[in-house]
Amino acid sequence: MLEKMIFGRYVPGNSFVHRLDPRSKLLFVFLFIIAVFLADNTATYALLLVFTLLVIFIARIRLYFLFNGLKPILFLIIFTLLMHFIFTKEGALLIDWKFLKIYEEGVRQGIYISIRFLVLVLMTTILTLTTSPISITDGMETLLNPLKRIKLPVHELALMMSISLRFIPTLMDETDKILKAQLARGSDLTSGTVKERIRAVVPLLVPLFVSAFKRAEDLAIAMEVRGYRGGEGRTRYRQLDWQLRDTLVIILFLLLVAALIWLRGGN
Amino acid sequence: MKEILSLDHVSYSYESEDGGMRRAVDDVNFTVNDGEWIAIVGHNGSGKSTLAKLMIGLLFPEEGKVKVFLEELNEDNLWEIRSDIGIVFQNPDNQFVGSTVQDDVAFALENNGIPFEEMVPRVHESLAQVNMEGFLDHEPHHLSGGQKQRVAIAGALAMRPRLLILDEATSMLDPQGRDEVIQVVDELKRKTGLTVISITHDLEEVLLADRVIVMNDGKLMLTGKPEEIFAHGDKLESIGLDLPFAARLSRLLRQAGIGIQGEHMTEEELVNELWTSHFNK
Ligand SMILES: Nc1ncnc2c1ncn2[C@@H]1O[C@H](COP(=O)(O)OP(=O)(O)OP(=O)(O)O)[C@@H](O)[C@H]1O
Ligand SMILES: [Mg+2]
Repeated sequence: MLEKMIFGRYVPGNSFVHRLDPRSKLLFVFLFIIAVFLADNTATYALLLVFTLLVIFIARIRLYFLFNGLKPILFLIIFTLLMHFIFTKEGALLIDWKFLKIYEEGVRQGIYISIRFLVLVLMTTILTLTTSPISITDGMETLLNPLKRIKLPVHELALMMSISLRFIPTLMDETDKILKAQLARGSDLTSGTVKERIRAVVPLLVPLFVSAFKRAEDLAIAMEVRGYRGGEGRTRYRQLDWQLRDTLVIILFLLLVAALIWLRGGN
Repeated sequence: MKEILSLDHVSYSYESEDGGMRRAVDDVNFTVNDGEWIAIVGHNGSGKSTLAKLMIGLLFPEEGKVKVFLEELNEDNLWEIRSDIGIVFQNPDNQFVGSTVQDDVAFALENNGIPFEEMVPRVHESLAQVNMEGFLDHEPHHLSGGQKQRVAIAGALAMRPRLLILDEATSMLDPQGRDEVIQVVDELKRKTGLTVISITHDLEEVLLADRVIVMNDGKLMLTGKPEEIFAHGDKLESIGLDLPFAARLSRLLRQAGIGIQGEHMTEEELVNELWTSHFNK
């Protein structure tokens, strides 16, 4: 179940979208999220949907893979759609079958909101699917760099992010090991009352925390002896490389906004 | 011979849990010369890691002086001296900072403000020195312990250090990983004349050293060539250290009245002594 879930996961590849600079992708997704709210009629929502499908196509993500991975979220979207169908009572009556009455406005609102939700989820998923977490961190760091002037510790936050990402698999392995060790001692995590189950988790968490602190201490020492003194005077090994294609992405975004503004208003 | 590092009557105490002080390093004296390979051995808690921390300025001595590259280590020259020393610790996972192999090797370079154009060749060069050049983009959880330790060594080498300290860098590895690491360090030392201080439990590593320092309860108990050290078999065993298999067998044979000569560090030496001993009679 969890392996199938792709929200927030990275799948390496070599498409146009994969090769974009993380900064242009981040900027694009951030601005896209705002631009989605420009849509207010069938034409604009259709445009958003077509545009998003186009991006999926360019990123060479298989639709089946994508929608299969987003199943839980799709259920949520369909649920929203149905709620609108049933509870919005405006406009012409479309279906009148026993106690079920579906109105035109309900259908419209439901579809609009679902498309809005869908394109937002799809766009952010495309971002994380095509950009490694470390590139996202790098991109964030550079984009937020101007905020250093207002004393936001941008470098430190980015380093924290990248170290956490680096240690996720390590701590997962460790959790697994501790879990097995406790199971071997006869601890039972799957039955009993809620209270008993919570109590059974404690012997799992305590060793995990102890070892995480030990790791943190070792890591701090390893960083210090390798000359880490904060962001001041540090150079960067990971270089970001803004290419023509990144400028193109921004231009494409501006065109999308222009089209949205041109098409919106009235029905 | 040029001096690389010296400890002059160095002592250090930790605060113990009851509030008192506990001597972890007690009046230790020794000098390490350029190009030497020193092994430091001792039982658990004998102060070996504390010594390493004193050498790299993570701790400062309570008494005595630590001199690195002929300069006394202090707050002002600390970072400069550190950039000339590489140190690799025990746990392969806990010293891997970067998200990929190449990021990790570049970490010290970034910290020391090395420009990007110079970092790239240095990262490649250091990884080649530890036979890991094919792993540039690998993530740490896809590497074996021995590979991670070799990456850690590459990370230290990238700064082109004059001294490499290994604090039980092989003790968490399987035999194969341990051999890989030892082989890499041995090759480095032969090719580049790097000075190595290796803190270890592993006797194969001790045999590679030019000089061995035996620590017992914070004090320096013995120092000398590996064969000289292993000649003090009883003393080593009394502080809980094991002799190499060949040395132990050789001693037991002599105790049993078999007429063999000298000390034997490796099985090969012992075998040679045994099959020729008959002619020497
Ligand atoms: N941070 C600390 N606080 C208090 N006591 C410490 C601390 N670190 C080490 N000690 C104590 O100092 C003594 C020497 O420890 P050290 O880690 O130098 O030994 P070691 O020879 O490296 O042992 P090992 O073979 O287990 O690594 C030990 O008795 C240890 O309990
Ligand atoms: Mg130690």
